[in-house]
Amino acid sequence: MNPNANRRRLRAAWNTTAALLILGVLLFPVYWMLNTALQPGSSVAATEWFPSSPSLENFGTAISSQGGSLLTSFVVALGAVAVCLALAAPAAYGLAQFGLRGGRGIVFTTLITQMVPGIVIANALYSAYAELGLINSYLGLILADASLGLPFAIVLLRAFMVSIPGEVVEAAMVDGANRFTAFVRIVLPMSRNALITAGLFTFLFAWSDFMFALTLNTTDDVKPITLGIYQFVGAHVSDWGAVMATAVLSAVPAAILLVVAQKYISAGITGGSIK
Amino acid sequence: MSTFASTAPAAKTSGSSAAPARARSGTRRGLLRWLFVAPALAYMALFFGYPLIRNIVMSFQHYTPKTYFTGEAPFNGLDNWRAVFADELFAGSLWHTALFTLGSLLGQFTIGLALAVFFSRRFRLSGFVRAILLLPWLVPMVVSAVVWRRILDQDHGMLNSALHAVGLTEGGVPWLNSPGVALLSAVLVNIWIGIPFNMVILYGGLQEIPRELHEAASLDGASPWRTFRSVTLPMLRPVVTVVLVLGFMSTVKILDLILALTSGGPADSTQTLGTVTYQLSFLQLDFGQGAVVGNVLILISAVFAVLYLRANRADFGKGQ
Repeated sequence: MNPNANRRRLRAAWNTTAALLILGVLLFPVYWMLNTALQPGSSVAATEWFPSSPSLENFGTAISSQGGSLLTSFVVALGAVAVCLALAAPAAYGLAQFGLRGGRGIVFTTLITQMVPGIVIANALYSAYAELGLINSYLGLILADASLGLPFAIVLLRAFMVSIPGEVVEAAMVDGANRFTAFVRIVLPMSRNALITAGLFTFLFAWSDFMFALTLNTTDDVKPITLGIYQFVGAHVSDWGAVMATAVLSAVPAAILLVVAQKYISAGITGGSIK
Repeated sequence: MSTFASTAPAAKTSGSSAAPARARSGTRRGLLRWLFVAPALAYMALFFGYPLIRNIVMSFQHYTPKTYFTGEAPFNGLDNWRAVFADELFAGSLWHTALFTLGSLLGQFTIGLALAVFFSRRFRLSGFVRAILLLPWLVPMVVSAVVWRRILDQDHGMLNSALHAVGLTEGGVPWLNSPGVALLSAVLVNIWIGIPFNMVILYGGLQEIPRELHEAASLDGASPWRTFRSVTLPMLRPVVTVVLVLGFMSTVKILDLILALTSGGPADSTQTLGTVTYQLSFLQLDFGQGAVVGNVLILISAVFAVLYLRANRADFGKGQ
């Protein structure tokens, strides 16, 4: 064994150790959330460093009090994904393949819309929603949450659809399909991965939304989990175990995304950061 | 964003090659093509364009809780603007927003860059650890804030018991309960949330710098620090601009984090433009004054949007 290789291996081992240390420090709050959630005894003041006798009791409490909100979030986020992809996929295809006059301006505008502060949108939407009867409705929240993912989905899908050869669609049209059926039968299946990525991110944005949940609902009829946990903390601040169990449950989609869409995430962060 | 724009070469090829063949039945076909884009455009006009215009109009209207029964919000000239600008809360929130945003960016960026440089070394588990580190960015912000609220609790929080255990502090630090400390705590939590975002984009930027440049510098006898300053940083500059501008845009309007951590308190010490807009509109139901603060927020964002677009200009040129 030559000394150089030895030194290199030692350095690599050091790096791995340092990386795990960084991981431990930065993810400590996540550990603490899990740790607190696993410790039963609701009003215990001091949390132990390790869950010596872990129990799922808190998760039971969390589900019985916040289960409805989790379900609401799920329905709203799925609805937002449906609305968002239904709007974004054809638009992205049009912008990528039709060479529309002014298309560049549209892409540009799409980017700009991501910079409008959410509270400004909520401010104006509230009065419009009040007139339309959309306050406290699933539809109202779904439509608003779709705006969180739409610009990102258009940009991401367009970037993918640009590389679909036009001839593929032309061929289908020679066989008698019109442009729309060609889009549905050829373009959408080809874009499956990009659609899944855009959908996953839209789901996560809608799931994480707090602003619209807070401002566009005046009753508890439509209460997503972000609003649920916010009110839960206000009301039951002594029952931290249950609050943390709720926090763990509401972080599940993020964890799933991390595993499923691994390789797309950095692209997603770049595109979606300005939601 | 720049990643997408730059991966989009020759967007028009199919569209323009198809064009001559169809020139005759042109207009109808042209309209049909626009049908693909029209729904998304209509939606964006309703959910982004309309709020922008409506906010400007609202800022000149007098809203009261009664407005929502009568539907009447008479125009009142510059009254809302005068009232907002005369309020000390607004001046305070402007200052807090500046401190919160600059403090967050500085912390996120420095730590994010350090981690990006560290993870650019090749070693076992590097990719895995980098991926897991993203979790704080993906968890809903309200949820992170709630977890931190527990950790920072003055009497039962884990941070104070740890500090006490190692003998660093005597009594508990009032992380969220003292006007002098609360904003700093909010900044620290937001730095934690923003590190992954900075790390990922800067890491991407570092990967694009040719390795030979570093090798050449070290052959010339440059120290690692010197190489970093004279080779890495200049090459990284476009990415740095994008990171900072994107970070600014998302930080300046943060609402969830502050509401869940401190609700703007104690003694309004963590009120920012976002929370003041929320408070004026949705708690005091004075949507006119809320709109004024919202417009100020838009104006600040617009300035940085221009900076962002300038930073991305090269990519747009290549794109469509």
